[in-house]
Amino acid sequence: MTDVLAIADHRRGELRDVSYELVSAGRDLADATGGDLHLAVISGTVDAFAEKLNREGVDVVHTVDYGEEFNHDVYTQAIVQLCDEVSPQFLLAPNSVNGLDYAPAVANRLDLPLVTDTVDLEVDGDTLVATREMYGGKVETTVELTGERAAVTIRGAEWPGASGTGEATIEAFDATIDEDAIGSSVTGFEEVAGGDVDIGDADVLVSVGRGIEEEENLELIHELADALGATVSSSRPIVDAGWLPKNRQVGQSGKVVTPDVYIAIGISGAVQHVAGMKGSDTIVAINTDPNAPIMDIADYAIHDDLFDVVPALIGEFQ
Amino acid sequence: MMKVLVTVKEVATVEDEFEIEGTAIDERYLGADLNEWDDYAIEEAVQIAEAIGEDEVDVVTVTIGPEDCEQTIRQALAKGADRAIRVWDDTLEDADLLDVGAKTAILEAVVEDEDPDLVLSGVQSGDDSFMATGVSLADAVDFQWAAVVNSLDLDVEGDTASVRRELEGGVEELTDVSLPAVLTIQTGINEPRYASLRGIRMAQRKELTVQRLADLGLDSSVVEGDLRLTGMSVPESESDATVFAGGPEETASELAAILREKGVGQ
Ligand SMILES: Cc1cc2nc3c(=O)[nH]c(=O)nc-3n(C[C@H](O)[C@H](O)[C@H](O)COP(=O)(O)OP(=O)(O)OC[C@H]3O[C@@H](n4cnc5c(N)ncnc54)[C@H](O)[C@@H]3O)c2cc1C
Repeated sequence: MTDVLAIADHRRGELRDVSYELVSAGRDLADATGGDLHLAVISGTVDAFAEKLNREGVDVVHTVDYGEEFNHDVYTQAIVQLCDEVSPQFLLAPNSVNGLDYAPAVANRLDLPLVTDTVDLEVDGDTLVATREMYGGKVETTVELTGERAAVTIRGAEWPGASGTGEATIEAFDATIDEDAIGSSVTGFEEVAGGDVDIGDADVLVSVGRGIEEEENLELIHELADALGATVSSSRPIVDAGWLPKNRQVGQSGKVVTPDVYIAIGISGAVQHVAGMKGSDTIVAINTDPNAPIMDIADYAIHDDLFDVVPALIGEFQ
Repeated sequence: MMKVLVTVKEVATVEDEFEIEGTAIDERYLGADLNEWDDYAIEEAVQIAEAIGEDEVDVVTVTIGPEDCEQTIRQALAKGADRAIRVWDDTLEDADLLDVGAKTAILEAVVEDEDPDLVLSGVQSGDDSFMATGVSLADAVDFQWAAVVNSLDLDVEGDTASVRRELEGGVEELTDVSLPAVLTIQTGINEPRYASLRGIRMAQRKELTVQRLADLGLDSSVVEGDLRLTGMSVPESESDATVFAGGPEETASELAAILREKGVGQ
């Protein structure tokens, strides 16, 4: 019971980056417990996936050849059976939309304590010490898990992706899937409509967040974008409110953008937003809160009221 | 009669400037609000009731929280929920962290009492962001589930919910889920209404039942999980930003100079 079992994430034929990050996180834990690192890859082209997942530090890859796409009932059943076989001390899953669609169910079924969205993990004797954020990233907390076993989800892009080629054994795992217990079925996928503008093409983005307060205040942002020759994008709440169309949303569930200049106005910098814009060349933040998480990745910042700064900035370019 | 149970949490909000006391934020800097995600879940439930017929759908909210959060619960009632359940007692008051397991055990007992056809929860709560209670609950009560739902089409006759799950990167998964089910609701699925004056008046008269753990057949063991909150700190700032100081005219002009250097607005 010192082993670690990590579950790979894939979608529509591709392994997602977090799969390799799980290898790094899992290897560190297995080194601390003195156990082996097991990986599991469930559904899809599992053999091809297993080859790719065989990176340095992986001891065993279990393949579950059942179905094509993600189904949480299949995952839950297979992982519960794998845990029975491997008896891992730590079960690791990605904190992805799909990871969160099965990890809590597996934890419940196996009566494992669950800690989600971790950004750091340490083993201290018999205790797992997990670091995670609260209040939209304003504080960091440490959570200690004292039980014998635990389930953990890891935030994407916090661990480096494992590299190199490993010497893992690849084993087909014959999971018994009870089809009567599968209560949901995927009927298709859809890409969110492209629409009039592709913010991914823009060199300069003027991006607006909840700090703008009212729909009519957006006029100010459009004026600034016009003055700068920039395109307007936004954080999620602006799109949720219906003030801008979905194709303007930057972030995890919107677009990933890498403009030359990204000007974040009244945006706090939640992890799901940052996932979509951290690759921008130059990041400017205008925010009244000097401690807003967006400041961590900003190159230039103004800690002031956007309703004072933006008009002045428009003035500079007229 | 169809019943929709909505999990409603009052979340703590933090001011820009705050201090930490031990493993919590000093109360002086905390406010309270209806969890953003739950607001959408309430709206979705009320819209289901309006579509099917308000006499044919019972919308019940459940909250784990102290008396203080009744204001937030009344907000949900004012928006159209029919009645509310609040679970609290001294054991919960003394617990420093209600983990996913504890919330699951409590909500499981409520679901068993209420026997709903559909449970709507938020994708996450804005304060501790565990993003796990809904799916954990579904498994505990043997319901079907779907996480991160941004569109819901209910076929009551067919006992099916056709949903869209919002995956990463602007991709949506279309899924049919059989009922009874727990769906975790994502922001943007609808436009949450503001409570009307009439709604607010009516909310005062709606039933709000308080249950203790014992009323639900539970005891203090539900909070004795293996998870402990042992530290809280302000993350070390990784910022190496150049901060422009001064009045807006000054800071705007300094920023403008940098932007021009980068060829913006030329
Ligand atoms: C599964 C999932 C997926 C998500 N996907 C995305 C996504 O793709 N994209 C996304 O953006 N979010 C996404 N989110 C939401 C995300 O967690 C945050 O809720 C959101 O990014 C917050 O947007 P915001 O920064 O505009 O608002 P807030 O966090 O409310 O921040 C507003 C900011 O404005 C500042 N401000 C207020 N008034 C002023 C003023 N007068 N002048 C200057 N500054 C001011 C405040 O200090 C604050 O920092 C997702 C969440 C989940 C759970």
